[in-house]
Amino acid sequence: MTAHFSSTSSNNSLTLQAQDLACVRGERKLFSNLSFGLSSGDCLHVRGENGVGKTSLLRLLTGLSKPEAGQVLWSQKSISKQADLYHRDLLFLGHRDALKEELTALENLQTYAELDGISLPAEKALAALWRFGLRGRENLPVNCLSAGQKRRVLMARMLTRQAKLWILDEPFNALDVNAVAQLEELIAEHLASGGLVVLTSHQAVGIPNVRVLDL
Amino acid sequence: MSALLAVIRRDLLLVARRKSEVLTALFFFVVVTSLFPLGIGADAALLRKIAPGVIWVAALLSTLLGLHRMFAVDYADGALEQMALSPQPMVMIVAGKIVAHWIVCGLPLVILAPIIGIQFDLDKSSLFVLMGTLLLGTPVLSLLGSIGAALTLGVRGGSLLVSLLILPLYTPVLIFGAGAVYANSVGLDASGHFSLLGAIFILALAFVPWVSASAVKIAIE
Repeated sequence: MTAHFSSTSSNNSLTLQAQDLACVRGERKLFSNLSFGLSSGDCLHVRGENGVGKTSLLRLLTGLSKPEAGQVLWSQKSISKQADLYHRDLLFLGHRDALKEELTALENLQTYAELDGISLPAEKALAALWRFGLRGRENLPVNCLSAGQKRRVLMARMLTRQAKLWILDEPFNALDVNAVAQLEELIAEHLASGGLVVLTSHQAVGIPNVRVLDL
Repeated sequence: MSALLAVIRRDLLLVARRKSEVLTALFFFVVVTSLFPLGIGADAALLRKIAPGVIWVAALLSTLLGLHRMFAVDYADGALEQMALSPQPMVMIVAGKIVAHWIVCGLPLVILAPIIGIQFDLDKSSLFVLMGTLLLGTPVLSLLGSIGAALTLGVRGGSLLVSLLILPLYTPVLIFGAGAVYANSVGLDASGHFSLLGAIFILALAFVPWVSASAVKIAIE
């Protein structure tokens, strides 16, 4: 299973390359010899049936789990050899929202900003929350928010995180029509500014120039 | 270093929002140590004799109460994953969580100890020694406990397993902690006990954060 994408990168642009990745879960081989390359402005949409290994692939790309074979390169260097540099450029959003229920949306953004080592003034965080329709709810504990609103908090985090590479697992889950459009717009903006996106979704995504990888 | 402070601040903020957990552990400590004088009666000599052991055992058990939550909550909602993916070294994050656990579960015991000690008719110098041993010993409890909390991540019935794994490791702290107070109360020199407690603390500080950090990494994978 190989999908090579032509790289349109200039010399100093960012690249994410997967080389001959293989993933084994328990006894089952999910995929092997999986290779692809992305560069600035590229979006990869990973598709496939349930249980085919989409999330496992994304976790390999983040470095959270180690591939059975092969390697992942970020700007030509293996991610396991430069983990903290890679993590500076990476934002991964998984199935679980990773928001602390007791904290407010604003506090969640600020604590993550502190951990990620970026400065996030309160006005900027508030502006991000307001953009995604959370005006008036920024000081509510997250457990008072609906599932869709929690995803909107995550969208605000995507906006404020200043990461180059976004790896998003089912980002369109639980979102209403408006929010889906907003997220697509957010991803398109990110790509236009030279970012990279890898996402999984069961719906078709309305993002220009999206590349599809079928597992 | 900023990661350490960020994690401590975050965990303390979380605890402040969920006070019941902290208060449960503290209340447990106070109640257990108060039940002994009530049950045994007004035999001051006997109370003085059992005080160090009782207070120290209660401290061990109340530390255990909050231990399982050190990583489990963040593990369950994916926050631990996000921390592992932050540019901060995992050791610093784990160390921050250990410090936060100590501030919440260890430090209050040190502060409460003299009040508890009075119930056991401990004299002034014994109270100071008790506080000193708790000050040196409770950080070790949080440090060693973090290993158990990290190793049992994702295991069903983890909190029970933590107790089984960790309580045996606590015995040296218990022996030297309670021993120092006892030695002082019978007029012996307690400095040897303090040196050993200090040595255990330094050893734990030097190795445990790395051990726990790698256990957490294995759990996330």
